[in-house]
Amino acid sequence: MAVDQNLKIELGKQGIFVTTIEELYNWGRRSSVWPMQFGLACCAIEMIATTMARYDLARFGAEVFRPSPRQADLMIVSGTVTKKMAPQVVRLYNQMAEPRYVIAMGACAISGGPFKQGYNVLKGIDRYIPVDVHIPGCPPRPEALIQAFMTLQKKIDGQPLTGEGRPRHLDAEAQGEFAVPEQGEHDLEPTSNKGVWPVPITIR
Amino acid sequence: MKTVEEIKAAIEAAVPGAGVEFVPNPSPSAQHSLRLAPESAVAVAKFLRDDDELAFDFLSNLTGVDWPDKEIAEKVKVTRQVTKTVDGPEGKVDQTVDETVEETHKRVEPGYLEAVYHLYSVEKKHGPLVIRMRTANRTDQAQLPSLTPVWRAAEFQEREIFDLYGIVFTGHPDLRRILMWDEFKDHPMRKDYVEPDDFEYEPTPHDEVLNRAQEHKSEGLGTGD
Repeated sequence: MAVDQNLKIELGKQGIFVTTIEELYNWGRRSSVWPMQFGLACCAIEMIATTMARYDLARFGAEVFRPSPRQADLMIVSGTVTKKMAPQVVRLYNQMAEPRYVIAMGACAISGGPFKQGYNVLKGIDRYIPVDVHIPGCPPRPEALIQAFMTLQKKIDGQPLTGEGRPRHLDAEAQGEFAVPEQGEHDLEPTSNKGVWPVPITIR
Repeated sequence: MKTVEEIKAAIEAAVPGAGVEFVPNPSPSAQHSLRLAPESAVAVAKFLRDDDELAFDFLSNLTGVDWPDKEIAEKVKVTRQVTKTVDGPEGKVDQTVDETVEETHKRVEPGYLEAVYHLYSVEKKHGPLVIRMRTANRTDQAQLPSLTPVWRAAEFQEREIFDLYGIVFTGHPDLRRILMWDEFKDHPMRKDYVEPDDFEYEPTPHDEVLNRAQEHKSEGLGTGD
């Protein structure tokens, strides 16, 4: 049940705090998103800079970079995903506990970037795992990563606890494990996970 | 440092039957190189490293080169005797005439793979000396002796050449792929490598990517516009 904003403010002036379980729950979740400590390429340097004193990601409750996927909520795919590394990235994502989110950071992680025509670079990590926020840039500045982080927080904040659009950990039907691609003789097999990434229709 | 010709002479004096060939570089850099015969390459490399005057103790860089099969068209003048009917004073007479015809012959020069080593001497502060080795062909006889026993620095880079060019270094302690995965079958740096086609989604194609995306469109793959 939504509480009228004006009424909430009025009650607040009288010393009464009104909230909903959903608001409180999502406030807790968005204020302590722990990213996984792993970097793939030069974007990782910007990610590191974002956590340091000048940009201070700790202001958003995300200062604790966990070295284990079991303890992390957020995967920041920071950099070029090579076809050799892609199965490991998907496997790490599978090992993360719900609720889990993914930020694809930089041109390489979202599309292959300058290495798009290379034989060994994956053309976007969203071919295998669901991505919540894409940030373009080569590399994106720390401000861009913070912007992505705030976008993710807004998304977490807006997730209802029941019904359509609820987070996956509250949805018993939700897909928990994503297929890890095999390293084949010429390319990854399959070249994309059609369940996660149906080939988008380009409109020109 | 001695000139490359002098080094060649020194090698030939020290290693009998070395089979070293001088490869001139006609460009302004004039960085000439030596081509070693694969059979004696390890002995020559040991000499280059251990000789007091040369002392090439540092392998700076090594790389591969792919020389594909070359088709060479040659024009050859052939003189043939042709019988012609000529109008003579006593009617028609058969006459034998020499005729020169230009014929084009096509011949395929087999390709080969090459490994190029750049040597320096830290002790003598000279270099680089460029040495090369060639395989017999690009397919079934792509073996070269490994120089890892002479310079340990060669280990990873010979693995890289094995991975990307497919040169098999005999005598290498640990010859596995280093950049691509173990199941991978191709050698991506070869000229005839066919890269995997995953251009099914191209929102802003141009140049080469546009061609690849249109191939997908014509094949009816993907759901492009």
